[in-house]
Order: sequence, then structure tokens, then C-alpha cells
Amino acid sequence: MAAFTIAAGTGNWFSALALGVTLLKCLLIPTYHSTDFEVHRNWLAITHSLPISQWYYEATSEWTLDYPPFFAWFEYILSHVAKYFDQEMLNVRNLNYSSSRTLLFQRFSVIFMDVLFVYAVHECCKCIDGKKVGKELTEKPKFILSVLLLWNFGLLIVDHIHFQYNGFLFGLMLLSIARLFQKRHMEGAFLFAVLLHFKHIYLYVAPAYGVYLLRSYCFTANKPDGSIRWNSFSFVRVISLGLVVFLVSALSLGPFLALNQLPQVFSRLFPFKRGLCHAYWAPNFWALYNALDKVLSVIGLKLKFLDPNNIPKASMTSGLVQQFQHTVLPSVTPLATLICTLIAILPSIFCLWFKPQGPRGFLRCLTLCALSSFMFGWHVHEKAILLAILPMSLLSVQKAGDASIFLILTTTGHYSLFPLLFTAPELPIKILLMLLFTIYSISSLKTLFRKEKPLFNWMETFYLLGLGPLEVCCEFVFPFTSWKVKYPFLPLLLTSVYCAVGITYAWFKLYVSVLIDPPVGKTKKQ
Amino acid sequence: MEKWYLMTIVVLIGLTVRWTVSLNSYSGAGKPPMFGDYEAQRHWQEITFNLPVKQWYFNSSDNNLQYWGLDYPPLTAYHSLLCAYVAKFINPDWIALHTSRGYESQAHKLFMRTTVLIADLLIYIPAVVLYCCCLKDISTKKKIANALCILLYPGLILIDYGHFQYNSVSLGFALWGVLGVSCDWDLLGSLAFCLAINYKQMELYHSLPFFCFLLGKCFKKGLKGKGFVLLVKLACTVVASFVLCWLPFFTEREQTLQVLRRLFPVDRGLFEDKVANIWCSFNVFLKIRDILPRHIQLIMSFCFTFLSLLPACIKLILQPSSKGFKFTLVSCALSFFLFSFQVHEKSILLVSLPVCLVLSEIPFMSTWFLLVSTFSLLPLLLKDELLMPSVVTTMAFFIACVTSFSIFEKTSEEELQLKSFSISVRKYLPCFTFLSRMIQYLFLISVITMVLLTLMTVTLDPPQKLPDLFSVLVCFVSCLNFLFFLVYFNIIIMWDSKSGRNQKKIS
Repeated sequence: MAAFTIAAGTGNWFSALALGVTLLKCLLIPTYHSTDFEVHRNWLAITHSLPISQWYYEATSEWTLDYPPFFAWFEYILSHVAKYFDQEMLNVRNLNYSSSRTLLFQRFSVIFMDVLFVYAVHECCKCIDGKKVGKELTEKPKFILSVLLLWNFGLLIVDHIHFQYNGFLFGLMLLSIARLFQKRHMEGAFLFAVLLHFKHIYLYVAPAYGVYLLRSYCFTANKPDGSIRWNSFSFVRVISLGLVVFLVSALSLGPFLALNQLPQVFSRLFPFKRGLCHAYWAPNFWALYNALDKVLSVIGLKLKFLDPNNIPKASMTSGLVQQFQHTVLPSVTPLATLICTLIAILPSIFCLWFKPQGPRGFLRCLTLCALSSFMFGWHVHEKAILLAILPMSLLSVQKAGDASIFLILTTTGHYSLFPLLFTAPELPIKILLMLLFTIYSISSLKTLFRKEKPLFNWMETFYLLGLGPLEVCCEFVFPFTSWKVKYPFLPLLLTSVYCAVGITYAWFKLYVSVLIDPPVGKTKKQ
Repeated sequence: MEKWYLMTIVVLIGLTVRWTVSLNSYSGAGKPPMFGDYEAQRHWQEITFNLPVKQWYFNSSDNNLQYWGLDYPPLTAYHSLLCAYVAKFINPDWIALHTSRGYESQAHKLFMRTTVLIADLLIYIPAVVLYCCCLKDISTKKKIANALCILLYPGLILIDYGHFQYNSVSLGFALWGVLGVSCDWDLLGSLAFCLAINYKQMELYHSLPFFCFLLGKCFKKGLKGKGFVLLVKLACTVVASFVLCWLPFFTEREQTLQVLRRLFPVDRGLFEDKVANIWCSFNVFLKIRDILPRHIQLIMSFCFTFLSLLPACIKLILQPSSKGFKFTLVSCALSFFLFSFQVHEKSILLVSLPVCLVLSEIPFMSTWFLLVSTFSLLPLLLKDELLMPSVVTTMAFFIACVTSFSIFEKTSEEELQLKSFSISVRKYLPCFTFLSRMIQYLFLISVITMVLLTLMTVTLDPPQKLPDLFSVLVCFVSCLNFLFFLVYFNIIIMWDSKSGRNQKKIS
């Protein structure tokens, strides 16, 4: 019996939380899955049945392989398990194949890979020094953090309903962050390099990694006032870092370099042919920009400043057109977005360089990088908001100011994921899970920081409460009105603009708090 | 309550699990000509909506009682009628007379599942939350943990949201009844319980403890004074609520009799399908159904039931206490399940509900019982293709119980409430010290058997001569477990006040 007690982990809240969410994921197996399911099935088939030389050329399905080589290898390994479930799913020509065994295999592969995520969360919880408030378990920062990460709404619906493999990728990222917190820099750098070759979207946060490692690892000492001591530069560390990154990249891209396919690989990885915004506008700066354009064009038409014949028809109602035509404001080119992104990232990088605040400063810079690229990037997906939300969770349990920004960011960011699930049976699930996560995160962080000033001012409270009526209007009232036929994309537009306001606000607030935060040296003196 | 948000979280988790389970298949999905309970419920909507009240329970050309005829009391019929009005508003095809038979579509499934969720949300879940808030002598955190475990009980979720029934309505009313009666709102409590009986006649399993508890209360207050007044008030409440529910059927004698005949189908035999009760298990050795005539079977099952629940009920009349009431609910319902006539496998939920109520008092035994009760539903759940949700929810429930009550540390005689029993046994058998360890081993054996049997049922094909081998085994094993629990709960009830008296003496 004693052995059984230990095995069942009596009183071990972490394993209970992890097991609980795993079981919930299993319950989500029969839910709706998006075309990403077919995307990954196709990649399984490609990597299984074709030689490496054709991986990045194969184009039978429209869902071509557009992730870096490590992910392809990952699919290759998975496919060798998949063949015991159902051979048919490994056939490249078997488009849209989804037998029940295929479904089970794919769903379980995501759930299984999340083990890495759970481990990473476990490691992250160790790095939280958290204030010692309250003896109760549910009020400990570690407990709150592990719920915020393990039960993250976005990750649950994107991975386990919509279908993607973000869990273990974020696991890698969190693990590398945890290693940096633990001063195991080489490991952290290695993990991040590997991660980059799994999914290149993490390039967004690469500047934070690069500058942090250079500043805090390669320079071994600071002057007393916190500024850089140039003569403490360690060549050994730089070279070893470079070597790690180089070796990982060589392992990943080497074979394709040998096959002389590198340009083809890169053309698959960075498709600039897509539009500025995704079909559903991710709630970023460009959503506001587009909305402003529409408002201006409508006003222009009303006041007869614009000629109706010169306006592209599609732009008025549809969101599905990939190439969005601006009518009043200048159109945006990929280069412009790139420049905007760089400009948005730069101040945070400067901050990281000139006011190093240890791993916490790095984490804030990383969040800012993710958020800035989300704000200004080209063809950003709404799912990319997770890249900011998950690292920000680590910050939220340590400081009240960060907690309030985190809550605004998460709540709006998560709400903006709602259009991903548009089928009726999933409607209750997304609302219930969203309520679950939002109520928990707000209440628990409020309890954690109850001695400090309130987390929200009246404006923020009002904004967040507004999400409720917005949801009611978009999904319960709108379908029964006559506008459904006339303006089918109005709910998406409203959601996107409303969330864009919140995310822009959170981004701005975080930026301000990072910029005016005094460097470590000074805070210690105070 | 300062931890209101945790309670909200618990309710939301319960709702999420319920809805995710409801995405799975239901009983009789795509299986003409009879389909299953899902079609039964839809058919009742069709009947109640299209036919006048007088024809609901009668066989006619429009109402073939052989095809899922209405056999639940009037409240169920009214509920169906209410749902039918909503259905009519959304899509009249769903309840069209005759033509809608066997209607199945994604939208309709969604509608039916939503009606269950709404009923649950209105009746059962508030009752559970309120019950846990009213628990005495435990911390807020424990109350919330208790609510989580009760809301995650897999048996009810799987039957209501998987198989498809509205048990949460009748069980919810019964729970409101328990709540009212134990908080001394006797009239409201008895009203709620009358509603429960009028929703599902199986709630009669709980009626004796209610009756005895209230009668005991009256006796306690003195039959010549306040007690008599209370008794009259209670009688009036019960009669009035019954009359209200049955009003349309009291107009003619034949109406009332026909409804009663539909509710208690004596000619359907001692048991149906595979049930984990005594008769079905005994059937393995001796075919009672074929040997004894029908009326002897009826008398025999009545005697057994009556004898097995008598001691607990007498005890409750003599010493009415809300703790004793809950335990008597368990033992009475269990007696009915094990011995009475025409029992369904789903009736185990009627035992599980009161067991959920004593979860915080005897966490180890309750968890064990609730696991066995879910396991006893296995053949039914497999038929409905609900293996995956069953396994997952059972594990979730088990983990919830283990973490919130740390059940494995609560196996001492004291915590099993067997202290006074073992003391009195030790007077005659001084070496009787192994009780606690014995129960631990029994638990291990029971769990291992259940896991192995589940694995065997899922993976192996039964031998051709015995196609029902595994389901009979499941019933047999569960029945053994239930017998053990019947003995255990009766021991607790009978030895309860002795410890109470001892404690009083000590203090």
C-alpha cells in the first residue's frame, strides 16, 4: 500500500495538475480539427515515403512541408510509429485521409509530446523565487504558475482541438529559459538553437537570446554601476556558443546544403507571397490600420471625397481576400513591416544591453520581442500571440505590475483565438475553457498581490468586461440578424479590432514599464 | 465564502468534462429499428407534443407502447413536452408525429445534449455546490475539493452525457430533498423529494430513509405536540405535490391505473440484461427465473429487500440524525439495487448519489465504491462505444479523490468509522486487529480485478459458447463488491450511536 501511495503521488499537486490536464486533452480527442490535421498527416506521408531530397519539393498536396528540417525529422520518426496504427495515412496521395486510427494516433502524438512541456514547466517552477505569501498551497506562486502554463487556454485549443504541435516546442523554449535562469547558458543556447530548427517562428525572439547571451554570458563582469566592463569579454565563451549554434545548424541544414537545395528550403520556410494579414486579421497594429482604412473609406464615400468606382469591391465585405487592398491609406509592403518590426524591437534590445537585469530582464525583453513582432509582422497568425503569453506567465507571478499587463494580454489574446473554433459543438468548450482560465488567472493573481494596489484601473476593467457582450453579439445575436448575409465577416472584424486595442495597450504598457524600470544596481541601493 | 472563485473553477471543470463527454456517441446511435435511450427521449417529446395528455400512456395507433412507450412518471412527460416546444421552434422535423422516428443528425444531437446540460446546470449542480457549502466541520478547501469529486463522478456523467438520460434531474431533486431535510427545512425537502419521485419512480429506493428520518423527527418532537403538527404538515405537502403532478391523470380511474401499470411493469421479470445484483449473479448457478413462478419471485425479492433494509430503517426512526440519514440512504438504496424486482444497471446511480454525500466522511470507502459502481456499468458503456471517455473520466475522478482527500492515508479503523465495531468484536475475539489491513488488501484485490477484467473485455474475444462471459463476470465481481459494501454500511449504521454515546460519556 505504501508503494501505491507513492506511485499515486499523494499530495503531489504538480503531478495531479499535469495528469488532470492530460486527461482533459484525451477528452478533447473527438472534437473538431482544422486543416492543420491534414497538413501534419501529409508531412508524415512525405517524410515516410519519400527520400530526403524530395521533402521540400513534393507538392501533391497543397500543404507542402514548410517547417525547418528538424520538424521534418520529427515527423519521420513519428511516421515509424504511425505505421503500426494505420499504413494508409502514410500514403502521399491519400489526401484528406482521416480514419479513426489516424485520428487517435495524431491526437495521442500531440498529447504524448506534451510530456516535454510538462517537464519544462516543472523546471520553470523551480526558478521562481516568489514571495512567501500565505501557507496555503493554492496561493503559492509556483502553484499558480504551473496552472497558468499547464492549463493554458490557448495551448489547449490550438494544440488539442485545432491541432498543432506547439506544446513540445514551447516546452523546448521554456526549458531553455529555465536553463538560462539556472545559469546553464550553454544548454539554454543549445536548446534554443534546436528549437529554431524545429519551427522558425521562434526567430522573432532570437534577438533577445543573442543579446542576452552576449551581454550576460560572454561578458563575465560588470562595473559597479551596472554598465559593461569591456575587458571582461571571454573569447572561449563566444566561440563555444558559436560552435553550438553552428553544429546544430549544420546538423539540420547540412544535408540540404549537400544536396544544393538550400534556396528551395528557404523559399518554403519564408513565403512572402502571402498577404499582409491572414484571412482572419490577427489582432495587431495592422488590424487597426486596416480598420482605420475601412472607416476612412466609408466616410470618404459618404462625404463624396472618394469615387465609388475606384474602390476595389472585395475590400468592403470580405476578409478572405489574401491581398488586402487599402483604399485611403498607403498599402503596406513586406519591407515596411520588417522595418517597423525592427524599430519596435530595438528599444527593448537596447534596454537588455544597457540595463541588464539578469534573467528577468531577459524574459521581459523576450516577451517584448515576441509581442513587437506580433504587432508589426507580415502575415502574422493569431496563434503567434502564445509566443508572448507563455513566457509572460513566468513574469506575472513575480510582480504586480507585470501581472496586470499579463492579464490584459492573456485575456484579449486568448479571446482573439475564438474564431479558430467556429463549429457549434466546440462553442461551449471554448467558452467554458476560456472562463476557466480567465477566472482562475485573474482571481489567483489578485489573491497573490492582494496587498498591493489593485491590478486593474476602471478603464481596463471596463475593457475586459466588454469581451463578454462582444462574444454574445458576435456568436449569439449576430447569426440571427439580417446582417449575417450582408456582412458575414463583421464579427471577425469586430473581434480582431477589439482585441487589437487590448494587445496594443498591453504592448505599450509593458514597453513603458521596461523602459522606465531602474537598472538592478540602483534598485538594490534603494 | 472567500474562496468563491475556486468553487466557480470547480463547477466550470465539471461542466467542461460533461460537455466533452457529450461529444461522444450515444446509446443506439445509427442502430435501427429500436435505437436506444436517446431515441426514447426524443420519441417522448414527439408523443407528448402531438398527442393529448389522455393518450400519453395508452396504446393507440399513434402511440405504439412497444416502441419506447412512456414509462416514467408525469414530471418526465412534462419535461419532454417542454423540450418539445423548444425543438418545435428550432426544427419541427425533430418531433413530427410518426415521420420523425429514428431521427438523427448532428444538430439534433447538439440540441439533445444541450437540454441535458441545462437541466443539470439548473438542478443538480447547484444542489451539489450548496450541499458542499453547507457541510460542517471541514475547511473551505476541503469543501471545494469535495464538490470537485462529486461533480467528477464518472457514472452519472457517462450515463447522462454519453448513454443519454436525464438522471441529473431526479438525482438533483433528491439531493435538494436531502439538503432541505438535513437543514431542517422539512417541508421544502419533502417537496423536492416528491418531485424527484414524480420524475423517476426509481427514486422510491430513497423513499424509506426519507420517511423514517422525518417520522423519527416527529417522534423526537413528541407526537402529541409539535411533532404531530409537523407530521400533518408533511403529509399535506406530500399529498399536495403528488396531486399537482398527477392532476391530468386523476380525472379518470382508468388513467391513473394505466400510468401506474406503465410505471411498475411487474411482468417484465426479475431482472433484465446484465445487472450487478444478487438475482443476476445467482442466475449463473441456478436459473431462478425459469424455476420459480413469477409471483413467488416477486414475493421472494420483496422479502429479501425488506429484511435487508429493516434494521437500518428502524435505527433511523429511533435515532434520527442527519449523518445516520445519509448512511441509511446508502444502505437502503443498495438493498433495493441488490435484491429488488426489475432492477436496471443504471439504478446503481441511485446508490452512488448518497455515497457521494458521505465522500468527506469516509473518503477511502466512498471512492472505492464509486469506482466499483462505474465499473459495473462497463458492459453498457462498451455497447455505446464510450470506452475512451469512461477510462479517462474514471482516472480523473480517481486522481481528484486521491489528491483532495489523500485517501490512502485514511485507512485506519477510526477513519473507516469501524472503531466501535472492532472494539466490540475484540471483546469476543481479542485477535481481531487486522481489519484495517484486510480492507486495504481487499481494495487492492478489487482494483486489480477491475482493471484486469476491463482489459480482458476490451482486448479478448469471448469464447463462442459463452458470448456474454465478460459482461457476466463484470456483473458478478461488482455484485460481490456491492455485497461487501452493504455489510460495511450496515455495520457503520448499527455501531454508529454506540460510539456517539461513548464519546458523550467521555466528555
